[in-house]
Amino acid sequence: MTDWSGYLTLILQGALVTAQLTVMGCALALVAAFVAGLGRLAPFAPLRWLATVYIEFFRGTSIFVQLFWVYFVLPFAGITLSPLMAGVLALGLNVGAYGAEVVRGAILSVPKDQYEATIALNLTRLQRMRHVILPQAVPLMLPTFGNNAIELLKATAVVSLISLSDMTFQAQVVRAQTGNTLVPFLAILILYFAMASLISYAVRLLERRMTRGLDGVR
Amino acid sequence: MVPASTKGAGVSDPIIRIQQLEKSFGPLRVLDGLSFDVQPGEKLALIGPSGSGKTTILRMLMTLETISGGRIEVCGEPLYHMQRGGREVPADEAHLHHMRRHIGMVFQHFNLFPHKSVLDNITLAPMLTKGEPRAKAEAHAMELLDMVGLAEKARAMPSQLSGGQKQRVAIARALALKPRIMLFDEVTSALDPELVEEVLLVMKRLAAETDMTMLLVTHEMGFAHEFADRVLFFDKGRIIEQGPPEQIFTHPTHERTQTFLRKIIAAGHRV
Repeated sequence: MTDWSGYLTLILQGALVTAQLTVMGCALALVAAFVAGLGRLAPFAPLRWLATVYIEFFRGTSIFVQLFWVYFVLPFAGITLSPLMAGVLALGLNVGAYGAEVVRGAILSVPKDQYEATIALNLTRLQRMRHVILPQAVPLMLPTFGNNAIELLKATAVVSLISLSDMTFQAQVVRAQTGNTLVPFLAILILYFAMASLISYAVRLLERRMTRGLDGVR
Repeated sequence: MVPASTKGAGVSDPIIRIQQLEKSFGPLRVLDGLSFDVQPGEKLALIGPSGSGKTTILRMLMTLETISGGRIEVCGEPLYHMQRGGREVPADEAHLHHMRRHIGMVFQHFNLFPHKSVLDNITLAPMLTKGEPRAKAEAHAMELLDMVGLAEKARAMPSQLSGGQKQRVAIARALALKPRIMLFDEVTSALDPELVEEVLLVMKRLAAETDMTMLLVTHEMGFAHEFADRVLFFDKGRIIEQGPPEQIFTHPTHERTQTFLRKIIAAGHRV
């Protein structure tokens, strides 16, 4: 008879690492998405190019390769990161590249009428974005951001390749030590699903809050 | 409110001076060397068939379209040009920002901000562009809402208003910045017929009570007749005929003006 409590603790420790990676990765992805998404719409061409290169590069290469570069290659350039930081950086920048297109698309989908009204009211570019365009664009981004966050959660499993003991890694350990396949994999199945559900729920809540008063507009 | 305008003074420097203005959209030439002046306080109606360039003129004055050639001066300063190093160069965003404070615009589709209450729609620009404190901006906004008859809707969201109410809020919003020139771009065209009157009433009051310069693009000939000091009839980007409304509407001299007015009357618009 196996004493499961110790093994489950192991898996829960892994879950904590997964949660950390997800939360920090999402925070970085969000910042990257807005910087690059707004960059693509900037009036200065070099900014647009820079944003485009970032987006295309991170969407066009594998998350595995990106992680290896961040963890194994950057040290040659004198930048050594802890496994957790490397994981957050790779995941955040990867998902941020997808998010950038979401930001850009949502901003462009705010009717041209609204831009024209802000020009007629003589707002500066920054004021237009902050007070009129983004408040209408962000609610449009939220559902896709929710999807991206869940994608990021699921992608966190790759960090075991750079020696981080995340949830999936710990489940493998438990399986190897106990010889039982069902219990550890069922545990992480439920944990991943619970975390994803939590993200969905949080995003829906946020969406409802942000679209209050906008009913009848879309 | 400012005292009523001194109609027909006409000797001061023009507040708007349009010279040899050109505008093309790709291969389509909309304006081809258009010139006219507007005197301070003048109420101008721009009429003519669709595609004749009337709306384009307003949009260029509001810097929503760029010019393809020629020159516009507003309040004695070039709109699309500026001085740099003793030379005249195309205006940058800072210059446009500086010039836009003279001009306000009301749109055909209101363009209210759907995520802001009626009051916030009006106070947003004065607070941001003039740095007015909220209390002052709100007090002024309430005066304006009172003037357009919507004081009780201050806390409503735009989606809760009728088209006519939205347009009256949009007028109040444009007035909040106290522009010297107001542009009205077919402001009743998107309204149900029974809602047109309430908007026209507000504009009539505005015309009577302020010395603001107003340019109006409209298909409401009856209103243009009542409202305007001068009517410009446009066709294919040129002024075919202009004069006081009595002359344009009752004794148009040009054949194209006559045809246009006949068609409008046949379509059921009042003259």
